[in-house]
Amino acid sequence: MAKIVAGIAVSHVPAIGVAMDRGMTGTPYWEPLFKGYGPAREWLAKLAPDVAIIVYNDHASAFSLEIIPTFLIGVADKFPIADEGFGPRPVPLVHGHPALAWHLAQSLILDEFDMTIANEMPVDHGLTVPLSITCGQPAAWPFPVIPICVNVVQYPPPTGARCYKLGMAIRRAVETFEQNLRVVIYGTGGMSHQLQGERAGLINRQFDTAFLDGMTKDPVALTKITHTEYMREAGSEGIEMVMWHVMRGALDQNVAEVYRHYHVPASNTAAGLMILENRSAA
Amino acid sequence: MAQDRDYESIPGTYVYDAERGRIGYALNMFCMSLNKADNRQSFKQDPAAYLDRFRLTPEQRRAVLERDWLGMLKVGGNIYYTIKIAFCDGLTFQDVAGMMSGVPKETYAQMMLAGGRSPDGNRFKDPQEPESGHG
Repeated sequence: MAKIVAGIAVSHVPAIGVAMDRGMTGTPYWEPLFKGYGPAREWLAKLAPDVAIIVYNDHASAFSLEIIPTFLIGVADKFPIADEGFGPRPVPLVHGHPALAWHLAQSLILDEFDMTIANEMPVDHGLTVPLSITCGQPAAWPFPVIPICVNVVQYPPPTGARCYKLGMAIRRAVETFEQNLRVVIYGTGGMSHQLQGERAGLINRQFDTAFLDGMTKDPVALTKITHTEYMREAGSEGIEMVMWHVMRGALDQNVAEVYRHYHVPASNTAAGLMILENRSAA
Repeated sequence: MAQDRDYESIPGTYVYDAERGRIGYALNMFCMSLNKADNRQSFKQDPAAYLDRFRLTPEQRRAVLERDWLGMLKVGGNIYYTIKIAFCDGLTFQDVAGMMSGVPKETYAQMMLAGGRSPDGNRFKDPQEPESGHG
């Protein structure tokens, strides 16, 4: 039986990818952020999961406004790196896990989550920056990845509560896959940031800290945060944090926080990282 | 369900909702075309001619040609799309954020280094509304 063993929540700021791709991680601006990623990389290398499910949003790369899937799962064996307007990032191709991905797609739909299924799609910084942050710069990514996209570009995104329930359904689906696989799940995006309008640059450390604390203390209470509250308190793009609930819903009720890193600024964003382990996983 | 656009009370924020989606589609699909290197080249060579391929309103067209970043949002631009014009110009997200908030690049960068724009006093357009902090 496959099993979800841990969850990673991590921001996916494009500038973090650029800093890595251009060898700028040691500069005074970036060094404090990247220093905090070291322990997460060590933890993940030691965990050595068989597969990662990465919950992220596409940013007008694979999908445009032509068709806007609210929840989508990638079932391909390979996902090329997207050109987001400045050429593709120089990072390895992402390999999928079609057997588990198709199993998830079927299980989720029969469990009343109406997933869109993608046989072909490029992946953008929303997926590759979390891989870079947690794996560094290897010649090939250390595990296959199942991308799950959540729309947060066209309002409204799915609610936090719905995302949490999707996470619970992902867990049920993983646990009915017959192969023994240790699966890690990423929830990406956030934390507080606003990229648009006269209010651009908004950061709310107090909100972010309460959100990070709530991930272990009372995740269900966090799922009740409304979209307007996210946007008012954490910035219009802070609403990406709904994706963290998918990850959290896929874990045990009781989890241990094994690592946390929070840094302002990464470009316009409060960059957060948190690692949660299922208590039963030990 | 709640569809009262209560987020319109947030200052300096243009939520890309149904209202803006209806007017912004062509503008954003032009931006989407800039994901292709050939199109970026064509746009750079002759911006006006390139824009003729898309059914933009005169105001959308003006905003693009004048790089009026805030103006684009007001006529249905979505920041994840309009930023592709900025990438084409060699600008970063932070450059554009500074321009939208109306301060010099260095002032904006300094604000971010100092912890970003505070939510205090920035939650409601109407200063009479209660400032309710979270957490």
